[in-house]
Amino acid sequence: MTKTLVGGGLAAAFVVLLTLGPLAVVALWAEAGAGLGAGDWAAIRFTLWQAVLSAVISVALAIPVARALARRSFPGRGVLVLLLGAPFIVPVIVAVLGLLAVFGRTGLVSQGLGALGLDPLSIYGLHGVVLAHVFFNLPLATRLILQEWLAIPAERFRLAATLGMGPWDVFRQLEWPMLRAVVPGVAMLIFLICTTSFAVALTLGGGPRATTIELAIYQAFLFEFDLGKAAVLATIQFAVTGAAAALAAWVAVPAAMGAGLDRPLQRWDAARGPARVLDAGWIGLAALFLLVPLSMIVIRGVPQLLGLPVQVFEAAGRSVVVAVASAVLVLCLALPLASAAQALRGTRAVAAGVMESVGYLSIAASPLVIGTGLFIVLFPLADPAALALPVTIAVNAAMSLPFALRAILPELAVVEAQYGRTADALGMTGWARLRWLVLPRLRRPLGFSAGLAAALSMGDLGVIALFADSENATLPLQLYRLMAAYRTEDAAGAALLLLALSLVLFWALDRGGRMHAAV
Amino acid sequence: MLRFEGVEVRQGSHRLAADFEVGGAGVTAVIGPSGAGKSTLLSVIAGFVAAASGRVFWADADLTPLSPGQRPVSVVFQDNNLFPHLDARANVALGVAPNLRLSDAQWARVDAVLARVGLDGKETRKPAALSGGEQSRVALARALVRDRRLVLLDEPFAALGPALKGEMLDLVRGTLVADGKTVLLVTHDPGDARRVAERTILVADGRAHAPMGTGHLLDNPPPALAAYLA
Repeated sequence: MTKTLVGGGLAAAFVVLLTLGPLAVVALWAEAGAGLGAGDWAAIRFTLWQAVLSAVISVALAIPVARALARRSFPGRGVLVLLLGAPFIVPVIVAVLGLLAVFGRTGLVSQGLGALGLDPLSIYGLHGVVLAHVFFNLPLATRLILQEWLAIPAERFRLAATLGMGPWDVFRQLEWPMLRAVVPGVAMLIFLICTTSFAVALTLGGGPRATTIELAIYQAFLFEFDLGKAAVLATIQFAVTGAAAALAAWVAVPAAMGAGLDRPLQRWDAARGPARVLDAGWIGLAALFLLVPLSMIVIRGVPQLLGLPVQVFEAAGRSVVVAVASAVLVLCLALPLASAAQALRGTRAVAAGVMESVGYLSIAASPLVIGTGLFIVLFPLADPAALALPVTIAVNAAMSLPFALRAILPELAVVEAQYGRTADALGMTGWARLRWLVLPRLRRPLGFSAGLAAALSMGDLGVIALFADSENATLPLQLYRLMAAYRTEDAAGAALLLLALSLVLFWALDRGGRMHAAV
Repeated sequence: MLRFEGVEVRQGSHRLAADFEVGGAGVTAVIGPSGAGKSTLLSVIAGFVAAASGRVFWADADLTPLSPGQRPVSVVFQDNNLFPHLDARANVALGVAPNLRLSDAQWARVDAVLARVGLDGKETRKPAALSGGEQSRVALARALVRDRRLVLLDEPFAALGPALKGEMLDLVRGTLVADGKTVLLVTHDPGDARRVAERTILVADGRAHAPMGTGHLLDNPPPALAAYLA
C-alpha cells in the first residue's frame, strides 16, 4: 500500500512538473512580455472560429453516418467501424498530404474540375484547416455517437415496432433524447481537440487570415525569436484550452473507448425505401472521404519508397526510438497513477480523484504551450536542440497519458474487484502482486495504451518543431521540411513510411497485449 | 482455537455481534438465512472487514491489527479463487510463496498436494481447461499447502451439483481436517452441515451464536433457524 502510494506520488509529481511547471513559467514570462497586437487578436479569433466550424460540421455529418451504421448490417461493416478508429493513429501530417492529393491544387478533385473547364480548388486557409479537422473528427464523432445509438435498448425499438411507430416517431421518442444528451459533449471534445491541432494549422493555415494561436507561437520562435511574445500567446492558448476542457468536462464527454460496436440494431421503422438508399449514401460518402486520401498516400508513396534520401531513414530511426520510449514512459506513469488511484478509491475518495485528475492535466495544456515553457526554462541551461528528443518523448507521453488511464483504470478496478481479496488473503503485495496478478490481467489495456502512445508519438509534429535543428529531426518534421521545400516525390515516400511505421507500431504493441492473452 | 471477544460489525443498517469460541480441529459450519451475515463473519476473521468494536483471537494472538495476508488464515471464496492466467500448479504455489519463487522441494510439495486432491497429470492446465469440480480441488490444494491452521470456506461449492458437492465435502474432511486444520464452512444447506460439521454456528437476527453440536442444533432448532429451515 505504501509502495503503491509512493509510486503514484512520484508519477503524479513528474506529470505535474511537466504540465503545470511550464505553464507557470509561461505565465511569469508573459507579464514581462508585450501586449497583444492586431495579428494576435486575429489568431485568437481564427483559433476559436475554425474550432467551432470543425466541431459543428463534424458532428452534423457524424449523426447521419452513425445512424446508418447503427441500423444497417452489410459486409464490411466491421472493417468500416474499425477504420473509423484509424484517423486517430494516422499522423496528422500524413493525412494532410492525403487530403492535398485529393482536394489540393493538383489533386483528384481539381483535375476533375479542370477536365470540366473549371478552376482548381484551393485547400489552404480556413476551409483547408476545417476540412482536415473534419477528416480527423468525423470518424471520432461517428464512433462516439454510434456507441450511444447502440446503447439504446433493443427492446425499445421492438416496442416502437409493435406500436407501429414510423421513422419520425422513433426519432422523436428514442433517438432525439439520446442525441440531445450526447451531441453537446462530442462537439465540445472536438472543439477542444481543434484548438490545439498545431500540425494542421502549420501545413494548411498560415498568413494573416489563417493563423492559429499555436502557429503564432511557433512563428514568434522561428522568425522573431521573441520568447516574451511566445509566452503571452502561450498563456492565451492555455486559457482557451483550459476553458474548453473545463466546459467539456462539465457537459460530460462520453468515453472514447467504447466496446461492442459490432451489432447493428434490428429496426422496423427504416426497413425499406428511401431510408435504405439514404443510409447507403451516407456510408458510402463517409467511406470514400476516409479511404481515398489514405489510398492516395499509398499509391503515390510506393514508387518513391526505395529512392528516399538517407536523412529520411535517419529521421525514421529517431522517430521509432522516440515512439517506443514514449510508450514505455506512458506505462511507467499510467500504471503507478492508476494503482494509487485504485488503492485510494475505497478509503480516500478525494485523494483518489486528485491522483486520477493529474493524469488528465495534459488535456488542458497544449504541447506547444508546454514546449514554450520548457524552452524558456531550458534555453539558458542547455542547447535546446540537444534536448529535442528527450523533451519530445516526455511531452508525447504526457499527451497520451489520459488515453492510457482511461483504458487501464476501469480494467484495474475489475481485476481488484474480482481477484483482490484472493490476492490479499495470499499476501500478494508489491512486486509479487504486480508481476503475477496485475500485469497478466492488464495485458490488453497496457498493450493498447502502449500502441496508442507509440503511434501518437510517431506522428507528432509539435514540440519537436520548436526544439529540433536539422540534425535531430523526427520523421514528421523531416516530412514537413520536404513539403515546405516542394520535394513532392520524396514527401510522398516519407509520408507512406511514416504511415506504415505508425500503424505497425500500434498493431505490434496492441497485438502483443492480445496474443496469448490470459483467458 | 478461534475466539471472538465482544465483536460487533456495522455495515450500513446491518449489524452483527459475535462473542464465543470455536474449539480445535474439525469442521464448524456457519448457517443461517441469506443476508444474515455469514460471509461477513468470515470477512472479519480474514481481515477484509474491520469490526466496529471487539477483537478476534487465534491461539491467544490478537488478529485485529494484522492485514489479510498476515493472518494465519486461508480463504476459499465462492469464485475467483484461481487466477485464470496461471496454471493449476502456479495457482497452488502462490500459497507457498506469493512471488512464485519456490525451491525444488517446495515445487515437489505442490505437486504432491495436487496429486493428493486428485489432480495428478493436470498440473499445467489453466483454470479454463478444468471443470468446476477440478477448480475447487485446486483451491482446496492451495489451502492445504499453505502453512495456515485456520481455513475459511465461503460457500466454495455452491455452484457444484449435489453429487460433486458431497465429494468435495468429503475431500475437505479427508485432507484439511486430516491435517489438523480448523475449518469454518459457510453454507446455506443444512445437509452440508450434517455431512461434515461436528459443530454449527447459527447466524441470525444480527448475532452469530456460539457453536452447538450440528445434530442437536438441527434437530431442536431455535425459532430463527426453524423459520429458515421450514
